[in-house]
Amino acid sequence: LAGLRGSMAARLGVSRLLGARPAARGGPLLACRRWAGASADTVYDVVVSGGGLVGAAMACALGKRILGACGGDLGCGPGGLLFLGFNAAFLLCFQVWDACSEALIMFDKDNLDDMGYIVENDVIMHALTKQLEAVSDQVTVLYKSKAVGYTWPDTFSMEDSSPWVHITLGDGSTLQTKLLIGADGYNSAVRQAAGIQNVTWNYDQSAVVATLYLSEATENNVAWQRFLPSGPIALLPLSDTLSSLVWSTSHDHAAKLVSMDEEEFVDAINSAFWSDANHTDFVDSASTMFQYIVTFLKPTRVSARQLPPSVAKVDAKSRALFPLGLGHAAEYVRPRVALIGDAAHRVHPLAGQGVNMGFGDITSLVRHLSAAAFDGKDLGSMSHLTGYETDRQRHNTALLAATDLLKRLYSTSAAPLVLLRTWGLQATNAVSPLKVSGLVGLPKIFVEEGL
Amino acid sequence: MNQLTRNLQIIPRLFDVYRTMWFRSYWMTFSCLNKIKSCRPPWKRLYNTLQTTVDSNEVKTFLALAHKWWDEQGVYAPLHAMNDLRVPFIRDNLLKTVANHQPAKPLSGMKILDVGCGGGLLTEPLGRLGASVIGIDPVDENIKIAQHHKSFDPVLDNRIEYRVCSLEEIVGETTETFDAVIASEVVEHVIDLETFIKCCHQVLKPDGSLFITTINQTQLSYALGIVFAEQIAGIVPKGTHTWEKFVSPENLESVLESNGLSVQTVAGMLYNPFSGYWHWSENASINYAAHAVRSKVQEHQGPTEFVSKGETEELGDKASTSLWVHEELKK
Repeated sequence: LAGLRGSMAARLGVSRLLGARPAARGGPLLACRRWAGASADTVYDVVVSGGGLVGAAMACALGKRILGACGGDLGCGPGGLLFLGFNAAFLLCFQVWDACSEALIMFDKDNLDDMGYIVENDVIMHALTKQLEAVSDQVTVLYKSKAVGYTWPDTFSMEDSSPWVHITLGDGSTLQTKLLIGADGYNSAVRQAAGIQNVTWNYDQSAVVATLYLSEATENNVAWQRFLPSGPIALLPLSDTLSSLVWSTSHDHAAKLVSMDEEEFVDAINSAFWSDANHTDFVDSASTMFQYIVTFLKPTRVSARQLPPSVAKVDAKSRALFPLGLGHAAEYVRPRVALIGDAAHRVHPLAGQGVNMGFGDITSLVRHLSAAAFDGKDLGSMSHLTGYETDRQRHNTALLAATDLLKRLYSTSAAPLVLLRTWGLQATNAVSPLKVSGLVGLPKIFVEEGL
Repeated sequence: MNQLTRNLQIIPRLFDVYRTMWFRSYWMTFSCLNKIKSCRPPWKRLYNTLQTTVDSNEVKTFLALAHKWWDEQGVYAPLHAMNDLRVPFIRDNLLKTVANHQPAKPLSGMKILDVGCGGGLLTEPLGRLGASVIGIDPVDENIKIAQHHKSFDPVLDNRIEYRVCSLEEIVGETTETFDAVIASEVVEHVIDLETFIKCCHQVLKPDGSLFITTINQTQLSYALGIVFAEQIAGIVPKGTHTWEKFVSPENLESVLESNGLSVQTVAGMLYNPFSGYWHWSENASINYAAHAVRSKVQEHQGPTEFVSKGETEELGDKASTSLWVHEELKK
């Protein structure tokens, strides 16, 4: 928002607390837009609290966006930011299948030209840090600073109270800003301080992540996901020899996986992908019969069922786990406050959409703020913030509901539900418009917690 | 079996929660439709170019509301909402006169006079877009509010200057200084339109722009603006407006033309009290906006020349009116 910057002669400040966890959604980072020629009473245009992917990306987008113009200089990735050129794995195919039956669904380049990209977390953070340095005259990054308190302005008052949001930092200093953006993760302090209600529950699952070496170098461009009754296990390609693992399973099992020695861990992964232990004859014959019907009704080319690669080694220090849950803020905006990313919504990783939704939030909010700035509006005014909220709540609620439903549907090995989902999956695989419409709506960058 | 029964029990609760979440988001979306915003018409500011004292009755009404200027959901909500039309109207028409502009500060380097600025509702957005703005209003309470509000923002504090005075009082010292003069919701309160426009002409630079928003003098504006707003709904105190002082676009155009200001655009504006938003419209029978430019040529021409000039300009105006509105409606 060079426009914002210009019209307010402002700068963006970012403060960053280096997050220790591999999921890197936490870590408060404050990004502030500051008025050049600042005195002690600097009023920032925007402060972004939170230093993860979404917070840093928001700060970048605000720093770079040209007022009123489409970010033609930025390229057209999600959130208006371009990451390709770095180590991104280009996806050609997804294969998703059930552990309790033979049903599978495959998305490949016959369905969609542009399947998606897998980019490592660290690669993105590196790119964002470089971009932030490039816009350092607009964006001030406050590293290693934590916000300890927020003061909200009265909604309308004639006294001498400041109309801006005041943020108290750990070192006692205060920042004033016209708009506070909370990008500080699912335990958002901004959301709590604003008193915004959060609909949340914990899944009885934790996700285990690791970087894996494949047994043999291969053209690694397929993403694999298998739904086990305990939770989905996914293998996402990073390079020809490396893949990234995301295995959502029960807390106990996850703790065991992280602490077991390497060989056992590798065996557990391989057997999770290959074992037929959860199949029952009943479901197998029912699904075979259904498959005959489907092929009869809609003969398609038989796409060869691919087999996932087997894993040889795990990168020693890369194993980590984090708990899973669902969360959704009842309001994304209040006067002078907006929530983006996990602070607004938290989702199960089974569809790989968590950070994509965050990037979608950024795109929408930057678009609304650009338009508001070009109209000379006060950035913290609800008139355009509610536009952002409507936009995103509609989109995110649907995705959250669908992901939650899928998670619950696949968490059981009870025969009726297994049958239901088996037939459902086979039918969807056969009806390609359904498949494509489901996939087209999703943004296509998958961020991996590598290394 | 346990797993199954557990899942079946969870599902109704689950749908409840999702239903709540879904409704919540739609509630927020449509909550504006459920509020009938108090329809304070935007024509309550009074402005007087000739008399140095203002009608005390109107001042009383006005002063009572002085502190409400900046309540975006309050009595001035329609005026706040009107910025969605006024600011782009002013900005885009001024940008046409500039070869290229900084995307950051589109109006930087421009000097603007906001006549009858009230609490500064229109002055502040123009300041944010980079212009140097002087806001004047005869009611000193309004200027106090405006000063107080801009004092918190260091950037606006520098760019905007407020003064308690009338237009004629500053004509002498500010001859030909402004790139644009804004008289929004003002001319319907002026006693002598001719003098007011003359003063506007004097303070404008050659080729400078005059922007006016006001109310038409039609049966519809009487029905809605006087009968409904004042007498039925009691939204506007009785007697605040005089229908006789409303200005029709034709009348305004002829006064502008005869004072050396060539009309570029006239566009109708419609307010929807249920949604609280303004819209551009082909219909100028209630509210409308006008843009005129101070001509460089001498305004004293022979009668015949003037008549033919008037005719061609009238045709030109009609073309530019519909063009502007069509562009806006397309968006």
